[in-house]
Amino acid sequence: MYEFDIERPASIVAAAKALNAEGAQALGGGQTLIPSLKQRLDQPATLVCLGGIAEMQGINASGNDLSIGGGTTHADVAAGAGAYPALAALAGNIGDPAVRNRGTIGGSLANNDPSADYPAAVLGSEAIVRTNLREIAADNFFDGMFATTLREGEIITRVDFVVPEKAAYAKFDQPASRFALVGVFVAQYGDHVRVAVTGASEGGVFRWAEAEAALAADFSPAALEGLSLSGDGMISDLHGSGDYRAHLVGVMAKRAVAAA
Amino acid sequence: MSQVSMTVNGKVATGEVEGRTLLVEFLRENLGLTGTHVGCDTSQCGACVVHVNGRDVKSCTMFAVEADGAEVITIEGMAAEDGTLGTIQQAFQDYHGLQCGFCTPGMVMTAASLLAANPKPSEAEIRAYLEGNICRCTGYHNIVRAIMAASGQDVSGIAAE
Ligand SMILES: Cc1cc2nc3c(=O)[nH]c(=O)nc-3n(C[C@H](O)[C@H](O)[C@H](O)COP(=O)(O)OP(=O)(O)OC[C@H]3O[C@@H](n4cnc5c(N)ncnc54)[C@H](O)[C@@H]3O)c2cc1C
Ligand code: FES
Ligand code: FES
Repeated sequence: MYEFDIERPASIVAAAKALNAEGAQALGGGQTLIPSLKQRLDQPATLVCLGGIAEMQGINASGNDLSIGGGTTHADVAAGAGAYPALAALAGNIGDPAVRNRGTIGGSLANNDPSADYPAAVLGSEAIVRTNLREIAADNFFDGMFATTLREGEIITRVDFVVPEKAAYAKFDQPASRFALVGVFVAQYGDHVRVAVTGASEGGVFRWAEAEAALAADFSPAALEGLSLSGDGMISDLHGSGDYRAHLVGVMAKRAVAAA
Repeated sequence: MSQVSMTVNGKVATGEVEGRTLLVEFLRENLGLTGTHVGCDTSQCGACVVHVNGRDVKSCTMFAVEADGAEVITIEGMAAEDGTLGTIQQAFQDYHGLQCGFCTPGMVMTAASLLAANPKPSEAEIRAYLEGNICRCTGYHNIVRAIMAASGQDVSGIAAE
């Protein structure tokens, strides 16, 4: 790692100020950032540690609304988001216990790894990403592989969910990395259904519109029969070809609907 | 450089560290607690697992500065003052839960936090909880048996996989 300073602000305002400085970067749980610093893929002058900011921690549930602090760890969401079981289960299956004790929802969303789990839940639940500057609807947040519409130094402070009537996440694990080879999140809200797919596309997480329409008419695995995606533009690597992933999306979508 | 102070295995430990100093480097190099191992340094293997404020973390994937003020327990804190092995450590010896021993500190620390939360885990729960701990030697079978035994459960039914 190159040398850098670490600051530990106690409030969002102080963190935002520190992140205004040249070469400053946010440090969430470090479960993605520290490995990339070790590879010298990044050279920040200052890391601004968000872990000590109390107002970014924890989960508030009231009625059907669930608001999760941007600095909340995967383990805390797994244990504390009981009001939204599909989300709690997703968080409890990220990586391994030690990763879940450090990694945060804000860090995962800001990183937008094309195989990460949270992007599927956030896009699939039409969640709202709140930052120190504004609120961003999930449909406007993800901007391609490892890219988001966050501005330089902008901090994810909370993520707000409305708990759907039915929801489930079906993940086909890539057993070495424990990320999703393909993961599909389905959620039913009244007369509309959202289907968000991670792990598959070179463009990162995306909504599968045909499946959403079919499930809105009939929320059953059978409704997805005959629907398929093209392997073009799908991630192709040693773990699976684009065509394989495209096929797997259909399989995992059916499993998610059956589990919802 | 900044000054950090934390409680390590019940004793106050202070030192000067750089921003980039990892918790595992502080433990091993500043404090001489070399029981915590670095297997991969890429956050994959779990050999470096310690407890920070009661939670298992990979000490190669956390900065020492982030542990300032924290309560840290390492493998050295698992034995009694007189060096007698703790229950989990003794079970690893009794059930041959180690061969080269490189992964063992992380295995024991991870097992300790599993048993703190779930005192009688099933075999499947043990295997799932050890997902982030890699062992090149044992094939995991005897590690699972040792943890079963440490939780006071019968191990005779566990078949080799
Ligand atoms: C062994 C291993 C297995 C894993 N398995 C999975 C898996 O199965 N599924 C999965 O989804 N992920 C997995 N991960 C990734 C893990 O979930 C990370 O925790 C997550 O991707 C990043 O979150 P973090 O809090 O650690 O962020 P960091 O690593 O600290 O930061 C990542 C990026 O986000 C920025 N950032 C951090 N917090 C904020 C914020 N609040 N606002 C704005 N920007 C911010 C940082 O500047 C940095 O650019 C795994 C990681 C490891 C090491
Ligand atoms: S040395 Fe920390 S996970 Fe391998
Ligand atoms: S005993 Fe050798 S790595 Fe586990």
